[in-house]
Amino acid sequence: MDIVYVLWLRQVYRYTRSGSRILGTLGQPLLLMLALGYGIGAIYRRAGEGNYLNFLVPGIITQTVLLSAVFWGIIILMDKRFGFLSELLVAPVKRRTILLGSALGGATISIIQGLLVFLIALIFGFRPHDWLLVLPAFGVLVFMSLALTSFGAGIASMVDDFQGFQGINNLLVMPLFFLSSALYPLEHVPTVLRIISTINPVSYMVDALRSLLVNQSHFGLGKDLAVISVAFVVCATFAVNRFNRIQM
Amino acid sequence: MAETLIAADAVVKKFGKITAVDGITFKVDRGEIFAFLGPNGAGKSTTIKMMTTMLRPTSGKLTLNGFDVTKDQDAARQAFGIVFQDPSLDEELSAYENMYLHATLYQVPKVERQARIQELLELVELWKRKDSMVKTFSGGMRRRLEIARGLLHEPKILFLDEPTLGLDTQTRNLMWEYVRRLSKEKGMTIFFTTHYLDEAEDVADRIAIIDHGKIVATGTTPELAKQTGTKNLESAYLKLTGETLRDEAEMGNNDGLNARMARRNQSLR
Repeated sequence: MDIVYVLWLRQVYRYTRSGSRILGTLGQPLLLMLALGYGIGAIYRRAGEGNYLNFLVPGIITQTVLLSAVFWGIIILMDKRFGFLSELLVAPVKRRTILLGSALGGATISIIQGLLVFLIALIFGFRPHDWLLVLPAFGVLVFMSLALTSFGAGIASMVDDFQGFQGINNLLVMPLFFLSSALYPLEHVPTVLRIISTINPVSYMVDALRSLLVNQSHFGLGKDLAVISVAFVVCATFAVNRFNRIQM
Repeated sequence: MAETLIAADAVVKKFGKITAVDGITFKVDRGEIFAFLGPNGAGKSTTIKMMTTMLRPTSGKLTLNGFDVTKDQDAARQAFGIVFQDPSLDEELSAYENMYLHATLYQVPKVERQARIQELLELVELWKRKDSMVKTFSGGMRRRLEIARGLLHEPKILFLDEPTLGLDTQTRNLMWEYVRRLSKEKGMTIFFTTHYLDEAEDVADRIAIIDHGKIVATGTTPELAKQTGTKNLESAYLKLTGETLRDEAEMGNNDGLNARMARRNQSLR
C-alpha cells in the first residue's frame, strides 16, 4: 500500500510541478470550446438543435481525459529511455504494483484535467441539467480515466521511441476523438460514420457524461456504463500484459 | 571457508540464434571486490543484467546470497544494490525524494527512513542539496546520489556497472576510496565492471576477463600476469582479448554483442 502511494505521489508531484504541462493540456479544450462552442454553436442553434455548448462540453471533457491519459504514457516511455524504469524494475516489487501505483497517478491527473475543463466550461456558460447528477458524472469520469490511462500505459510499454509514440497518438487518439459522438449528434450523420462511432468506445464515454450532465443520450446510460466497464477491463488487461513484457 | 555471495554456474544467455553469454561459471565471496573486464560487447552488461534480475538466463544457475535470481526473485533483489551504467534517477524529483522512493520500494522501516537517508546523503556530501531537483545536479553529483541510493536498503552485494564513466578524477578517487571502505568495514561484496584497467588493478581483489561471452581468465593481477606470461594487467588483458577493435552490434558471428541491439536486429529480421 505504501509502495502504491509513493508511486502515485511521484506522478502527482511531477504534474503539479510542471505548470507548462497543466496549461499545455488545457489549451486544446479551451480552443475547442471557443471555436466550436461559439463558432458552430450559432449554426447549430439556427438548425433548431438547441444549445451546442451544452452538447459539446461532455465531448470536450472526454477528449481532455483521453489526451491527458495517453499523453501520460510518455512518462513510462521516458522512464524507459532515461533509465528510471531500471530502478523500479530491479526493486523487490511486483510489476503489477509498479503499474498500479503509476497508473493511479496518471488517472488522478486526467481526472483533475477533466474537472478543470468542467470549471472552465461553467465560465463559458455551460450549465448542468441537474447539479445532483454531477456526482455520478464524476464517477463516470473516474472510471473512464482509469480505462484510458491503462490504454496509454499499454501503448507506451509497447513502443520504444518518441516518434513512434507520436505516430500512435495521431493514428489512434485523433480518430478516437473525431470519429466519436463527441462533436456531432449521431442521429443525423451518414451511416458509415454512425457505424464507426458506434463501435468506438469513446462514444459511450461521451454519451454517459452527456446523459448525466445535460440529459441527452444516444445509446442509453445502461449501455454506456456496460461498454465503459468492458473497455476498462480490456485496457487494464492490455496494460498489465504489455508492462510485464518490457525488457530493459 | 568463506561464504559465497555470488555464484554463477554455467550461465548461458541467447538472443535468438546469438549467444551473448556462453556458459560462464564463477564465485564471489563475502567481502570480496570482484572486477569484470572485457571488450565492448563481450557480455559484461548482459551478465550484470541477468544477475540483477533484468534478464532471464537461457540456462544455468545464478544465485545471490543463496537465492536463485529466477526462482527467488524478490529475496535476490533485496540482497543487492546497483549503480547502473546509465543514469537512473528521476530528474523531476529532489534528491531526498529519490531516496525516499527507493526506501519505500525496498520496505526500509518507516521510522528508520529519514535517519538512514540523512546518513547516506551526508556521506556522499549531498545532504545540503537534498531538496534540489536532480535535474540541477552535475554528472558527479548524480553518480554519488545513485551510490547512496544503492546502499539505502543495506544490501549485501553492490553492483557497479561502469560506475566511473564520465566522472572526473577527484570523484573517481573519492568513489573508489568509499567502495574500499564498504568492503573492508561492512564486509560488503562488490562486483564491478570497468574499461579502465588501472581501476581494476587498484581496487579489485580478483578480476575476471570475459570475451566472446566466455570467461577467459580469473585471478588476482599477479596471477593473471603469471598465467599469460606478461608483466602487468594491461598486457595480460590485451594478450587474452586480442588487439582488434570490437563492433558492439556486429551480426552474423559471436563477436561483440549489445543485448538491446541484438534483440532489435533479431526482431527486424
